[in-house]
Amino acid sequence: MEYIIIIISAIFVNNILLSQFLGCCPFLGVSNKLSTAVGMSGAVCFVITLATLVTYLLQYYVLVPLHIEFMQTISFILVIAALVQMVEIVLKKVSPSLYQALGIFLPLITTNCAVLGVALIVVTKEFTFGGEPHMLNLAESVVYAFATSVGFGVAMILFAGLREQLALNKVPKAFQGIPIALITASILALAFMGFSGLV
Amino acid sequence: MEDRTMSKLQLITKGLIKENPTFVLILGMCPTLATTTSAMNGMGMGFATLFVLVLSNMAISAAAPYIPDKVRIPSYIVIIAAFVTILQFIMQAYTPAMYETLGLFIPLIVVNCIVLGRAEAFANKNSVIDSACDGLGIGLGFTLALTVLGLIREIIGSGSAFGFKFISGDGILVFVLAPGAFLALGYLIVLFRKLTAKK
Repeated sequence: MEYIIIIISAIFVNNILLSQFLGCCPFLGVSNKLSTAVGMSGAVCFVITLATLVTYLLQYYVLVPLHIEFMQTISFILVIAALVQMVEIVLKKVSPSLYQALGIFLPLITTNCAVLGVALIVVTKEFTFGGEPHMLNLAESVVYAFATSVGFGVAMILFAGLREQLALNKVPKAFQGIPIALITASILALAFMGFSGLV
Repeated sequence: MEDRTMSKLQLITKGLIKENPTFVLILGMCPTLATTTSAMNGMGMGFATLFVLVLSNMAISAAAPYIPDKVRIPSYIVIIAAFVTILQFIMQAYTPAMYETLGLFIPLIVVNCIVLGRAEAFANKNSVIDSACDGLGIGLGFTLALTVLGLIREIIGSGSAFGFKFISGDGILVFVLAPGAFLALGYLIVLFRKLTAKK
């Protein structure tokens, strides 16, 4: 039951893009076409889940026992950068077709704040899923990370669909490009606010 | 090449209007949208980024000749992460309230595209002093944009400016929440484009 609450909360109620503003750069940058949005979401989903697993272990088995929590930011970003690089190499060997599909998006993910953001949220924030406020354990963290990245995908793909339609319309000159995208995102965020109070 | 001939003053002022990171370059959207719930928060975030931007620009421009080209991006990220960690300590010590409010978005300065973007586009091929001026200019432009956006959202959303309440009762709450951030930024960019196009 608790896992279902985590999943619904992370996908809809606290959507990472539309209510927490993490990962806005790819959200506005590569959401012009539906196909690129799908590719980006897939790559992000993969990396967020993996990165959260690794950084969680790093936090509780290396940083905390050695009392060097202040190294959190530096070590997390290094781990994420290395991980992205590794994923790229492994994918190239194991599944060239998936590599082809995700390839160009992977290097961009290192500087996607959603990845570092989720890794940091998991080890610093207390959650109130299912009663008492508590820090997430490993399984919950991974589920939370996965659900969050699915939420990223949902928002990203919805938004790309909207922008594809938008491209067919005549937009005033000053609004072209990012401004109209932001206003569209605002309406989408308004729609997602309807989910608040669900969990 | 144009940058070489610019005076120090021009380097600083170009970041404010001509190359404003938020309104013109549209970089660093995540902190822009997330932390501008009030003018004070926006300004705090702006100055925090300014601090990292100036120091990392100087350090990277000094270190650039010794960093092999292949590993430059990870090296830059580590340099930036080091300054962000220093900033975290400073803010924890002197402005704990602001540190609490901005929370997650302080460590996330590491993955702010503005900082890495300036390192890659300017600092690694210009002198230390020029890089510091560039960092200062872009940082001030970012601070200005965040303060204005925060001020607008605060005035409409809660009827106050810099914490001083001038309308009794609540404002239009949605402007403090997520949709208002997208909407306010969208219209602000349109306004900025209109104003700068006339000149």
